[in-house]
Amino acid sequence: MTAPLALERQGAGWRLLLSGDWSLTAMPGIEAQLQNLPALDGTLVCDWTQARAPGISPAWALLRRLAETCGDQPALDVRHTGNPPHFLQLLQKLHVERHAAYSVEAPPPTLERLVGKLGRWAVLQGWHGRGVIVFFGRIATVVGEAFRRPQALRVSSIARHVYETGITAIPIVSLIAFLISVIVAYLGAQQLSRFGADIFVVDLITIAVLREMGVLLTAIIVAGRSGSAFAAEIGVMQLNEETDALRAMGMSPVELLVVPRVLALVIVMPLLTVIADAMGLAGGGLLSLINLHIPLPQFMARLRESLSPTTFWAGLVKAPVFAILIAMVGTYRGMQVRDSARELGRLTTVAVVQSIFMVILADALFAVLFVQIQF
Amino acid sequence: MLDPHFNPVIRVHGLHNRFGAQVVHDGLDMEVQQNEIFGVVGGSGTGKSVLLRSILGLLRPGSGCVELYGRDVESLAASDRDSLVQSYGVTFQNGALISSLTVAQNVQLPLREHYSLSEKTLDELAEMNLLMVGLPPDAGAKFPSQLSGGMIKRAALARALALEPKLLFLDEPTAGLDPISASAFDELLLYLHSQLRLTVVMITHDLDTLFQTCSRVGVIVDGRMISDTLPGMLKNTHPWIQEYFHGPRARAAEKEAAHG
Repeated sequence: MTAPLALERQGAGWRLLLSGDWSLTAMPGIEAQLQNLPALDGTLVCDWTQARAPGISPAWALLRRLAETCGDQPALDVRHTGNPPHFLQLLQKLHVERHAAYSVEAPPPTLERLVGKLGRWAVLQGWHGRGVIVFFGRIATVVGEAFRRPQALRVSSIARHVYETGITAIPIVSLIAFLISVIVAYLGAQQLSRFGADIFVVDLITIAVLREMGVLLTAIIVAGRSGSAFAAEIGVMQLNEETDALRAMGMSPVELLVVPRVLALVIVMPLLTVIADAMGLAGGGLLSLINLHIPLPQFMARLRESLSPTTFWAGLVKAPVFAILIAMVGTYRGMQVRDSARELGRLTTVAVVQSIFMVILADALFAVLFVQIQF
Repeated sequence: MLDPHFNPVIRVHGLHNRFGAQVVHDGLDMEVQQNEIFGVVGGSGTGKSVLLRSILGLLRPGSGCVELYGRDVESLAASDRDSLVQSYGVTFQNGALISSLTVAQNVQLPLREHYSLSEKTLDELAEMNLLMVGLPPDAGAKFPSQLSGGMIKRAALARALALEPKLLFLDEPTAGLDPISASAFDELLLYLHSQLRLTVVMITHDLDTLFQTCSRVGVIVDGRMISDTLPGMLKNTHPWIQEYFHGPRARAAEKEAAHG
């Protein structure tokens, strides 16, 4: 196989003999050869006689390299002979246009760039914080308006979301609450039976499930199921300009899309939590019966003893708060989607991660608060 | 290997396509010669896009055969299929640029897939293709969502040209463009057609584009195709063709083409 280009002296100037396959397929080989081209001056004759099936891309690479090797000043006079390809004229025209269009912009120094980056990040965070507050305000406005104008609450829409986020979530919430409480009871029994304190498994289950696990598990499942769905649904509507269409028709996307989801979740979360609590206790009761041979009446009696009046409510009161957090993060991230499919995926992920984080953070604050007020 | 000089470039014979009870193509024949710009027209729902999808192999036709460069598309070996796909460029109606990549990365996408080239060369080639379709060099760094409709069509054309195809399929290249951008696109197409010696198959509803650029036209009526040169088509007596080419819009476009 012959080398795609050979450089030789011709009188005072140079002669570049192009040979072999010069189509796009041979581009990798041609590219490597072009890298080795030395700096030239004077005249250069490109001989295309032996170039087979010349492609426009390799020809462009050749022109670019020739322009590059002789720097900004076109000290090289290039001529083409031997039936040069028909598109050479086009390429030469493009080359001139390229030169005219380009203004070389030096990248700013490192420090400046870093400071700029930091500044942009700070400003972005500021905008972001403002956006969250505005968003919360819009939701509050719609809910407030509903007292004067009840049709601002889209009842049919709320009902749909109650069904989708609530009713259809019952099986998975029940199953997970049941299984987790069985696991906790089993591990608890292992430890407590060493002290002969088997019966305290009931206390463990009751307090863990009612105060923390029921509501937290429900929140995490709902964040994964519905928080992501909220973000994705609204995000796709953003991409299809559906939200813009609503605005243009004088309807508020917050009223139509966001508030029904938030309210539906506020309704659904306490109910799901009650179900999770019940299933958790059932799981604990079953394990106590099978593993610790505590009959059901004894389990119930011990359960009633271990309950303080607030235990159940300490769990349940958190549910609406978690619901608001999950629904707001999901819908807010959905409303942020712009431009591309990748944004949609990214913001859906962010919605789930952030809402789970917020739920756990809020749960920690509740724990501290309840200890302080001895609830 | 494919013979790039085979004539006719495209031959569709007895194409039948149906969706449920709805017959779209009923024995459609079509031939596209080397180096012509072939316009495909037809009413909405007559299966222009279905025809394109059948030719590209995106849709398996009910029956009939599609030959590109004299080779039956259905019975090609996998390696021949690859070289066939690389031998044509396609632009879709809405550009179909990958939204998570910049314009330059979109243009480089097929090059990256099929050839191992250095980043520098890839940048140069992206730049060439963008210049070729008349986009400013700084458009390469932008994302598709930052471009106007006309620029998206041009960027899609740049991507279609990246593998140096000799055959170009354009699906409604000027739809949704203002008349100035549309006629600039027509000029660009004619220029590239002459400079790169392309064969172009173009689905279009734009009568101006049709009169300005196409050397032959194929009209889909009653599930079949009637192909002719433009003057020949104007004399055709089929009622739909009469209405299409002699309606008020067509007369205006015709007049303009005659003067231009």
